[in-house]
Amino acid sequence: MSFPILSLLLAVPVLGAIACLFVDDATARRVALITTLVDLALGVVLWVGYDPAGAQWQFVENAPVFGRFAWALGIDGIAMLLIVLTVFLMPICILASWESITKRVPEYMACFLVMETLLLGVFMAQDIFLFYLFFEAGLIPMYLIIGIWGGARRIYASYKFFLYTLLGSILMLIAMLWMVNEAGTTYVPELMAHDFPVHAQTWLFLAFFASFAVKMPMWPVHTWLPDAHVEAPTAGSVILAGVMLKLAGYGFIRYSLPMFPEASSQFFWLVMGLSMIAVVYTSLVALVQTDMKKLIAYSSVAHMAFVTIGLFTFNRQGLEGAMMVMLGHGLVSGALFLCVGVVYDRLHTREIARYGGLVENMPKYAFFFLLFTMASVGLPGTSNFVGEFLSLLGAYHANSWVAFVATTGVILGATYALYLYARVVYGPLDKPDVAAMLDLSPREVAMLLPIGIIVIWMGVYPESFIAPMRADVGRVIARIERAAPPSDARPTAGHPAPAGHAANNVAAHGEAH
Amino acid sequence: MIQLLVFLPLLAAIVAGLGGRIIGNVPAKAVTTASLFISCALAWPIFLGYLSGSSEAQVAHVLTWIVSGDLKVDWALRVDTLTAVMLVVVTTVSALVHLYSWGYMAEDPSQPRFFAYLSLFTFAMLMLVTSDNLVQMFFGWEGVGLASYLLIGFWYHKPSANAAAIKAFVVNRVGDFGFSLGIFGTFLVFGTVSIPAILEAAPGMAGSTIGFLGYRVDTMTLLCLLLFVGAMGKSAQLGLHTWLPDAMEGPTPVSALIHAATMVTAGVFMVCRLSPMFETSHAALTVVTYVGAATALFAATVGTTQTDIKRVIAYSTCSQLGYMFFAAGVGAYGAAMFHLFTHAFFKALLFLGAGSVIHAMHHEQDMRFYGGLRKSIPWTFAAMTAGTLAITGVGIIDVFGFAGFYSKDAIIESAYASATQAGGIAFFVGIFAALLTSFYSWRLVFLTFFGTPRWAASEHIQHAVHDAHGHGHDHDHDHGHAQHQQDADHVAPDEGAGHEPTAHDPGAEDVVHGTAGYHPHESPIPMMIPLGVLSLGAIFAGFVFAGAFVGADAGEHFWKGAIAFNEHLVHASHEVPLWVKLSPGIVMLIGLLTAWMAYIRDPSIPGRFTATFRGLYSFLLHKWYWDELYDFVFVKPAFAIGRFLWKRGDQGTIDRFGPDGISWVVSATGAAARRLQSGYVYTYALVMLLGLAGLATWAMVR
Repeated sequence: MSFPILSLLLAVPVLGAIACLFVDDATARRVALITTLVDLALGVVLWVGYDPAGAQWQFVENAPVFGRFAWALGIDGIAMLLIVLTVFLMPICILASWESITKRVPEYMACFLVMETLLLGVFMAQDIFLFYLFFEAGLIPMYLIIGIWGGARRIYASYKFFLYTLLGSILMLIAMLWMVNEAGTTYVPELMAHDFPVHAQTWLFLAFFASFAVKMPMWPVHTWLPDAHVEAPTAGSVILAGVMLKLAGYGFIRYSLPMFPEASSQFFWLVMGLSMIAVVYTSLVALVQTDMKKLIAYSSVAHMAFVTIGLFTFNRQGLEGAMMVMLGHGLVSGALFLCVGVVYDRLHTREIARYGGLVENMPKYAFFFLLFTMASVGLPGTSNFVGEFLSLLGAYHANSWVAFVATTGVILGATYALYLYARVVYGPLDKPDVAAMLDLSPREVAMLLPIGIIVIWMGVYPESFIAPMRADVGRVIARIERAAPPSDARPTAGHPAPAGHAANNVAAHGEAH
Repeated sequence: MIQLLVFLPLLAAIVAGLGGRIIGNVPAKAVTTASLFISCALAWPIFLGYLSGSSEAQVAHVLTWIVSGDLKVDWALRVDTLTAVMLVVVTTVSALVHLYSWGYMAEDPSQPRFFAYLSLFTFAMLMLVTSDNLVQMFFGWEGVGLASYLLIGFWYHKPSANAAAIKAFVVNRVGDFGFSLGIFGTFLVFGTVSIPAILEAAPGMAGSTIGFLGYRVDTMTLLCLLLFVGAMGKSAQLGLHTWLPDAMEGPTPVSALIHAATMVTAGVFMVCRLSPMFETSHAALTVVTYVGAATALFAATVGTTQTDIKRVIAYSTCSQLGYMFFAAGVGAYGAAMFHLFTHAFFKALLFLGAGSVIHAMHHEQDMRFYGGLRKSIPWTFAAMTAGTLAITGVGIIDVFGFAGFYSKDAIIESAYASATQAGGIAFFVGIFAALLTSFYSWRLVFLTFFGTPRWAASEHIQHAVHDAHGHGHDHDHDHGHAQHQQDADHVAPDEGAGHEPTAHDPGAEDVVHGTAGYHPHESPIPMMIPLGVLSLGAIFAGFVFAGAFVGADAGEHFWKGAIAFNEHLVHASHEVPLWVKLSPGIVMLIGLLTAWMAYIRDPSIPGRFTATFRGLYSFLLHKWYWDELYDFVFVKPAFAIGRFLWKRGDQGTIDRFGPDGISWVVSATGAAARRLQSGYVYTYALVMLLGLAGLATWAMVR
């Protein structure tokens, strides 16, 4: 396509950010909203224009900058879906900040818009260094948002956030330099097709893993996330949970798996082991939290473990499930943070025990909160079910232990989520200040309703979301299946008393997986 | 047609749920109730079509759902004989419960919400029974779980109701954990989740082995048992039963619809739906038999000691579900489904009758404060009696019997006729449980409707009398009840016995007698019509439909392969020795007689009995200490471990040796730390990244 729509998607927020810096608070809000809505419109154009049956890379742009470094953009179905998720959540974040941010509004809005550009860039970049730049630079606005507009312990939180991500970044950069030297190109599609020596893959994988595991976040490098969420303003949490946690998942599916298939297989148990621990460990920790945001943050760690599990199953259901969890979790955890923000704006506390009985005076709020809570526990008919189901189904194909341990997450997840909901929304409405809280304003409904609709849409007709990624997941599978670790669950052929012809077909199928 | 039948309740639920505040109470109630009656009117012709043998199984495709590689899942509505049976059960009871709720919930402030939940439940249940694949069944499965959660916690200001709602959802999730793994395993083995395809391929996998958690096990046994764990959760079988008695926190119409007639039978439905699959694993069927028999016995024993009228019926439900399971376990799926069918009518009747009693007694649920009510509420008494005659299986062989007479006896005879060890044990357990069933059922009737009034000691009655004398009726619908429940710790076993800390059995002399001047009234017409209709079901459902469900020849013709119909077993069950046929009737009479002795003839017997067998009584009153056990083994440790991992794991280890440790090292070694911690971290980060970018660029152009 000749029209540089990807560059335009990146340029619009930057222009909006610059404009924000020169206007007053009220105008800055409006400029930011319009800017993000324009990007949303462009995102929809992208989705509609994307041809699932077409070439692997679409909307490609390539302009040499200097040396080997090129402004190379292009997307496949996987990237397209994450781009659409990003541009969808951004206007909602601006709305969420509409009244709660009163300090240095233009700078705040500019920060958000710049962050949008950087996050979108991660999904579009086809030059490995361009990817690195976007990937790392995207964190800077987030440091600023937490550090300037955050809560009481914001310095500690942003420091922790920074410290964790630093080490991984350096290792990843060194690995990238080595890879470019080895393969002789910085172009990502070529790197994806390059067969790195198996012994080198081990180290390259670990270097990338150091960065991705932190951003995912995987146990035990997850402890920055609860602090970052607690201190971040609502919109910051939404983007953090909704998009930033997806960068690492994208990294795995775009870089680690296709570039280092043998190493990915070699470290199957590392990834699965950490993910299995994460599911159980963080779910139990979530259960005892007294701070709403911390609870949801810990639940995010558990949910992201479903992503890593799905990605390393080496089969289609697992990979597509992982992608669906990413999209679903992006929406649902974002919405849950918005729900926390709604009551935080009214009472200025996240202490669960301070609430109770909200269904009485805030029925609309109770409805949305319930919808997203149920989506979060993976109720069929909502977005997260599709992802979790496929991911765990794939996990069973890969290994029955992984499926067994990870599926306990659906029990634990229901426990902490419903326990949270019951303490906040149900129970007697006996606190005067809680009873005085007003139900959702139209602005707040405008934030939650679109997410709610898409959560149901994804749950009832996920085909809209799976179809664009189908071919691309197939390409990843084609790349990695040669290295797939053996499954422990292979059934043998049956030997029924009266010889049935069905048995042979079935057995043949069983072997194929 | 089937689309309309299934989706109309969903539509009504949306209208009433989201629009209830706009359109008002009466339209919301009318929309939901009307939609259910339409669905019901559509369901009966379908059922009659199968009954007459003129209809064939069919599938209506609705929409593609999930497609991922070989996994193809559609939204589709399957109708065959098995579905048709469930359709009439679900829509009939649901329609009647909707109607009943017009009266029962008349004072409640959030009626549209209640009716919306009821209709939502019905929709989910219909999706479950019409599913053509395991994943849609799981959708319905969890959907009814959601509706059940919402309805148990309907009176959300009661902490006990919230706790019960969460408990129901989480315990069901334990079952769903097994169900999920069962689906995953089934797809692994068969490469499909389509039920007909699985059932066709299942016999071919008999004898196959599969790896599971390091062991090699029989494939079909593993799959069946995993799926059966799901059935155990939903149908409250021993081990996963603890949520069902607590679910009685929900309004009584909910108990009738969800926790008696429909949702809790989903497990039985599942086993019957997948019966050709279960038939391939003898081991799995044996487990089903033992679990069912154990539940039937356990719940019946506990039922004899409970004093809350709803809890007695809840344990009774649990016990009857056990009967259905061991019927399925011995291969008598027709008998299992028949009992499911008749049980739906008489158990819904008993619950709605209990609701009518509770309504008349101003929300008092403790039978120790009932007594002598047959004169005040004669129609309710008649309906409850019909229900009790049905559940205890009163009837004369080859002449006429109430519903349970046909279905329960078919189960007991099949167990005997199966000639397996498990079947033999199940037979004797079934006979003994029938004795207990008769005892606790008649105990309920005698305590409630006979003897002298013992109303004066009831707080609810005192409230009512007090209100009637000068004070306005200004409290909530269930205000008194909420107070009453808050007194007792919601996990404590004595919750049914809130009035007296030392729960004496009813009939003990220290109960205050008298009416306190209270006059119970018969319930309004909308509540009485369902009682009447269900009474007809309780009286005639067995007699009319026995041939089709469990007849030797007609059964084959009726089921048309929808379940694994074992014609040989059916024949054998019709030819059991006479003593086997007579045993259920004899134990029923013994139970009746015992109850009559203990609660009418000499009311001091229960007190003396409990004093003599204090240990046994306490064991039963505390429901075999399951709740205490689970609290000790799962609930408390989960919180303790969570706290430990958080404080000692995250904060004490990871943070201490991770970021905090690094920070400490840095601050101990240099001044850089002060800059770091005084807000320069952003500048630092920016410089760092720009530096790295520069480095990268340099490396490239070099």
